[in-house]
Amino acid sequence: MRRPPAALAAAVVLLLAAGCNGPGAGGDGAGGRLTVLAAASLTESFTRLGAEFEAAHPGTTVTLSFAGSAALATQINQGAPADVFAAASPDTMRTVTDAGDADGEPVTVARNQLVIAVPEGNPRRVAGLADLTRPGVKVALCAEQVPCGAAARTALGAAGVALTPVTLERDVKGALSKVRLGEVDAALVYRTDATAAASDVDAVEFPESARAVNDYPVVVLRRAGNPAAAREFVAYVRSERGRAALTAAGFQPPPA
Amino acid sequence: MVRPQPPTPRRRVPGRRVPVALFVPAGLGLLFLVLPLVGLLARAPWATLPQRLAAPGVLAALRLSLLTATVATAVCVVLGVPLAWLLSRVEFPGRRLVRALVTVPLVLPPVVGGVALLLVFGRRGLLGGWLDATFGVTLPFTTAGVVLAEAFVAMPFLVIAMEGALRGADTRYEEAAATLGAGRWTTFTHVTLPLVAPGVAAGAVLCWARALGEFGATITFAGNFPGRTQTMPLAVYLALETDLEAAIVLSLVLLTVSVAILAGLRERWTAAP
Amino acid sequence: MTTAPDAPGTAARPPLLDAHLVAARGAFHLDVALRVRAGEVVALLGPNGAGKTTALRALAGLHPLAAGHLTLGGVDLDRPDRRAWTPPERRPVGVVFQDYLLFPHLSARDNVAFGPRRRGAGRRAARALADAWLARVGLAGHAGRRPRQLSGGQAQRVALARALAVDPTLLLLDEPLAALDARTRLDTRAELHRHLDAHPGATVLVTHDPLDALTLADRLVVVEGGRVVQEGDAADVTARPRTDYVARLVGLNLHRGHADGRRVQVGGLTLTAADAVAGAAFVAFPPAAVALHPAPLDGAAGNVWPATVAGVGRHGDNLRVQLDGPLPAAADLSPAAAARLRPTPGRRVWAAVEAADVRAYPVGATRGR
Repeated sequence: MRRPPAALAAAVVLLLAAGCNGPGAGGDGAGGRLTVLAAASLTESFTRLGAEFEAAHPGTTVTLSFAGSAALATQINQGAPADVFAAASPDTMRTVTDAGDADGEPVTVARNQLVIAVPEGNPRRVAGLADLTRPGVKVALCAEQVPCGAAARTALGAAGVALTPVTLERDVKGALSKVRLGEVDAALVYRTDATAAASDVDAVEFPESARAVNDYPVVVLRRAGNPAAAREFVAYVRSERGRAALTAAGFQPPPA
Repeated sequence: MVRPQPPTPRRRVPGRRVPVALFVPAGLGLLFLVLPLVGLLARAPWATLPQRLAAPGVLAALRLSLLTATVATAVCVVLGVPLAWLLSRVEFPGRRLVRALVTVPLVLPPVVGGVALLLVFGRRGLLGGWLDATFGVTLPFTTAGVVLAEAFVAMPFLVIAMEGALRGADTRYEEAAATLGAGRWTTFTHVTLPLVAPGVAAGAVLCWARALGEFGATITFAGNFPGRTQTMPLAVYLALETDLEAAIVLSLVLLTVSVAILAGLRERWTAAP
Repeated sequence: MTTAPDAPGTAARPPLLDAHLVAARGAFHLDVALRVRAGEVVALLGPNGAGKTTALRALAGLHPLAAGHLTLGGVDLDRPDRRAWTPPERRPVGVVFQDYLLFPHLSARDNVAFGPRRRGAGRRAARALADAWLARVGLAGHAGRRPRQLSGGQAQRVALARALAVDPTLLLLDEPLAALDARTRLDTRAELHRHLDAHPGATVLVTHDPLDALTLADRLVVVEGGRVVQEGDAADVTARPRTDYVARLVGLNLHRGHADGRRVQVGGLTLTAADAVAGAAFVAFPPAAVALHPAPLDGAAGNVWPATVAGVGRHGDNLRVQLDGPLPAAADLSPAAAARLRPTPGRRVWAAVEAADVRAYPVGATRGR
């Protein structure tokens, strides 16, 4: 009667061992595997950059994981094995650096601004923040706990606009999808997200967005299994090619 | 047992012995289910607990969660019990397909379920526009929308539990009722339902628990607005963005209240004669 | 059956229940004609799988007829050729099911009141009626009990009260005593007899137990393989079985042969019978009438034939010996006779039976159909 438990224990051990087989294992110089955790709004640009980086560094495999910055920061603080972290706000980045999980100072690689995303053709003729308070106009914002929500709050405050949204979405993509599905008439989202969804939504620029610019810091992580490749990747993001990819996605270059 | 009285004092009731082959995986299974809870308890900020509980929005989210989960369960019972009856008692072409369709919300990622609900009940949805034009009813971003999303995700639990109970029930009681003059409806309400009451209760509990924990479909379909559509799971998720400890507190509140309610109900049922 | 010796004056009236039940259940085919007068108790007797329960379900409306008809009190309840069918809940029929099927969530009183309630009685009236019926079956003090708190015999009586409380024109009982132990069965049978006697409507009782059939029913309808094989009152059926099944039930040796007066050719032998018949005939004689001898009897007239002991078993106080040979039969031996004969399997013996104990009757005169 001892056999089944023994087999089970063996299975558990195997599972645990498999779980430990992260990118930290077997890092060797510039080659090997590179794991990049990046804010969801970097999906398009970093996917392109990752592919280009792999092409320029044969033997290196880039694994990209996109999610909300805060969720990623929590994962890093809980010991998730990764080499590079790209956040959508300095505040989020600070939770990682404060915890001592970063290797060196973060560098800002891009800036993002809010735009008003409206359904294609802008049926409600939204021209600025003030139009969002018109009766019958349904607006989606990000929740204040996530960077785009905090930015929206700053921008609305700067414009002196008191706005009651119908929903406070968990991330930009959530707010944007409500516009895409036609459930809301407008949403405050990052320009990059509006650019990525250009086939379905139009972006309306507004002057107050300059008051709520989001910096995107990138850092090499302390527990990086492949620090050399990690540093090279950060340098690549800051290079001309990296900047081009980010600009194409709707980002603005960082302040000089 | 060849000898009636073994000399050693070690006597065990034969039925009580737990085979190791069952005990070990059972213990591991329990551990697996309970450890995450232990993790929450270990990281809970006990010192600041009172202030955090009193934080604005906590009570509102809890109230909304309990309310919507209960109403969603009621909706599921009203619609799901007859559906389960149909599946278990009536032969009709395509019954197997219908049974498979009932499990769709189980398989569908809840977020996708939320999008699907928007495509039907949303402003531009298949029915949503008509509902709005005809009755002035809009469901997205409303508490009713939360109920709808929760009911969608939770109903399969009720239907499946209920169908199992109905299949296990002896249909001859229904025949006996018929010979005593009861029509199909009276037979259903006076004989079938009481016979499967434990199944209904079990299904409703599963349904309620699932509705209470619902996140993906709710935030996608009903959005997130404090007091109106922000249920506890949504509040937990957003708290997680900035404050892990707040998220833990909210999770514990949700857990404590739901476990207390379920345990209380169970007490009542088992106490009843 | 066209005359009713036990119920003078009712012969002219049409039967209360007039049914020709034709139904299919998978490969099984039922074809049974049944006529029951008011106040009459008819037992459908047959082995398992004979179609008794299907017939009862057809009468209750739980199984539709494929053909034939079912008329109760002049009303067509099931008439496939006229597309007429009355659902069970609208038939004036009460059923006592085999394991009673008392609703487990209701008290005995509410079980009995269930029928009256469904048929329009108010809650209080239905409960009063239920209490009256429970009192009639001797369970006045048990009205508040749940079925699981009742003994088998009590549950049977509640089931009977529940079926009778709807004042049915036709009362159906499916193996009403089968679920009871031997002791309870004896008491319950006597009580059931009393209630069936008092029931003014028609009663059809389904059973595989000949004792139930003989004690409870006025008339027996024997069903085998979905057909009626014999029909008659208890005396007739027990005296003149027409199938091996009935013969075994009533404990008679039965053989089929060819008669010419009192002489009947059976299995290469010629038996002398008490009755004179011509043509195809049954002969029947009880095992107790068969005497066994170690050697052929000198100068014995009557019926004597050689046989081999095939098996021996107990039968009451006697031994029952199964005989092989030209005329397979059972013979009962007293312990004293057994001690003399020592009937061990394989032993060759001579069997004898008096002509007066051998009944002969024609094959052709099947009743009823």
